[in-house]
Amino acid sequence: MTLNRRIFLGTGAAVAATIAAPTVFAAGHGKPHVVVVGGGAGGATAARYIAKDSKGEVAVTLIEPSRQYYTCFFSNLYLGGFKEMDDLGHSYGGIAAGGVNVVHDWVTGVDRDAKTVALAGGGSVPYDKLILSPGIDFVDGAVEGWNLMAQNAMPHAYKGGSQTELLKAQLMAMPEGGTFAMVAPPNPYRCPPGPYERVSMVAHFLKANNPTAKIIVADPKAKFSKQSLFQEGWANHYEGMIDWIGEDFGGGNVSVDPDAMTVTIDGEVTNVDVCNVIPAMKAGRIAELAGVTDGNWAPVNAADMSTKADPDIYVLGDAAQQGDMPKSGYSANSQAKVCANAVRGALTGSRVFPAKFSNTCWSLIDTNDGVKVGATYEATDEKIAKVDGFISATGETAELRKATYEESEGWYTGITKDMFGA
Amino acid sequence: MRLKSLIKVSLAAVFVAGGAFASGLGDPDKGEKIFRKCASCHEVGQGAINRIGPQLNGLFGRTAGAMPDMQYSKNMIRMGDDGLIWTVETLDAYVENPRALVSKTRMSFRGIKDPQERADLLAYLRRFSDDPANIPEAEPTATGTDHDLDPAILALEGDPEYGEYLASECQTCHQASGANDGIPGISNWPTEDFVVAMHAYKRKLRPHPVMQMMAGRLNDEEIAALAAYFKDLE
Repeated sequence: MTLNRRIFLGTGAAVAATIAAPTVFAAGHGKPHVVVVGGGAGGATAARYIAKDSKGEVAVTLIEPSRQYYTCFFSNLYLGGFKEMDDLGHSYGGIAAGGVNVVHDWVTGVDRDAKTVALAGGGSVPYDKLILSPGIDFVDGAVEGWNLMAQNAMPHAYKGGSQTELLKAQLMAMPEGGTFAMVAPPNPYRCPPGPYERVSMVAHFLKANNPTAKIIVADPKAKFSKQSLFQEGWANHYEGMIDWIGEDFGGGNVSVDPDAMTVTIDGEVTNVDVCNVIPAMKAGRIAELAGVTDGNWAPVNAADMSTKADPDIYVLGDAAQQGDMPKSGYSANSQAKVCANAVRGALTGSRVFPAKFSNTCWSLIDTNDGVKVGATYEATDEKIAKVDGFISATGETAELRKATYEESEGWYTGITKDMFGA
Repeated sequence: MRLKSLIKVSLAAVFVAGGAFASGLGDPDKGEKIFRKCASCHEVGQGAINRIGPQLNGLFGRTAGAMPDMQYSKNMIRMGDDGLIWTVETLDAYVENPRALVSKTRMSFRGIKDPQERADLLAYLRRFSDDPANIPEAEPTATGTDHDLDPAILALEGDPEYGEYLASECQTCHQASGANDGIPGISNWPTEDFVVAMHAYKRKLRPHPVMQMMAGRLNDEEIAALAAYFKDLE
């Protein structure tokens, strides 16, 4: 075997990672140390960029319980049969090779005075700067009759991985002409078009495999993201299959009975075969344990994503209360780059550039029928503020919709490489 | 009946084209001579067929990359899917610098720098298009081209370190490796092509909404910084 340049560089980076690891635990001398909690679109990106751009000047530890990360974005395409579960899985090997010390463990607490985080596996890790990117958890009691003990009977499937597989298995086992129910979440929540793309993908699956089945959606909101695009698509592709019950028709007055498999919407009881309950959301629990939340979310400063509560703790992505950006993987990735630049600057004196944020959310309605919405944002004193935006139009040509879908696939490849480095 | 109305339409087109010449849009007779540069690949007029390039009858109002049985570059097809329509304005930009509008077009032509020559050429080509959309008065802003990039903008020396930071936003979609699936690679691009293309998005000559939005908020220095960074990225 001949050593090419790529392999040589890769080996060099891996060696650098093993050398960096011991200094991580040697607090107080040597390199500044950043701890990142949560290895999703926000955390993985921040860890990778700080390690990459500081060229070894900053030691970075990423703490993430999963060894294999399954993206929640594109999981609806798995439900629709457009992706395999393996397509959504990513390892942390590329991040480790990029010089990040990857620790697979849970963080159970943060001591802000001592500046350490405690691990479930024992021991603690010191930090100079702490970046939390914990995603979402669910608000207790948000849907009457539902709690985490009921998530096998009525899955949320709103965190990637096993829940998504469970919902798919239930969808496949639905009796002929059965009923699929969704309880949609109130604002704000992760991935605004997500529930409606999911309805589209479930409809796509049922149209091919169980065409007399019905879908009902109980929604506490009066309107939703890309509504006219989805409703146009549902009428075109899935006529008569989907019944969306918004706030005006009592969609917010809902309870479930996971034992009886019933959903009660505005007093009317319906027997259902599959029930996807997506409860109200809040910041991942570690943000609350760190004491940086106010209500359900963690308020942050727009310029660098530092929390209002503690200048050495940063919160990225879904858990942050930042202003106008939607809670999405793209947003988290965008915020992570601004944060990485600011954190590196604070620790090493490197140049800090003005914050620029952007987001685009693609959704698939049916085969080759993709739509998108996006915007750019800037940091103001109060919040991350929207600058400019666009949305797909109703009645677009089939060619444009196909190009939009292909673009979304390009984006998936791009962002996962950007997050995981491989 | 049908034939009669067709004749009427083409007469109207000729008449209007003449009027356009009078208002200084371009001289179709001079354009005919300029078209010789194009004629090795393109045919126009009675009996014109696709050759190396597509035939150019009915060009105005046509979607880019959409002639059946014509082999186009991926980029040209993508531009057409994104909504690029040939108008006085977009053709003028394309003829000035083909790669500014469509990055990897198969049309190997350096472009025509002189705005008057381009106006003459387009006035000539319009003789063979009877779509009402090419009546010059329908696009008063397109006359007297204004998309020539100020040489000062092209001469700006980009700050590659700032470019690296700004590029992180591009790399959410455009892979650093330059891979080309669904979203085109932009690594290792010549600086001038990069700058000209970004300004074409900023001015909404190129049709893609995400790129128009992204380029729209970048200033001249920021575009130069990005170009300086991407040029050396392999």
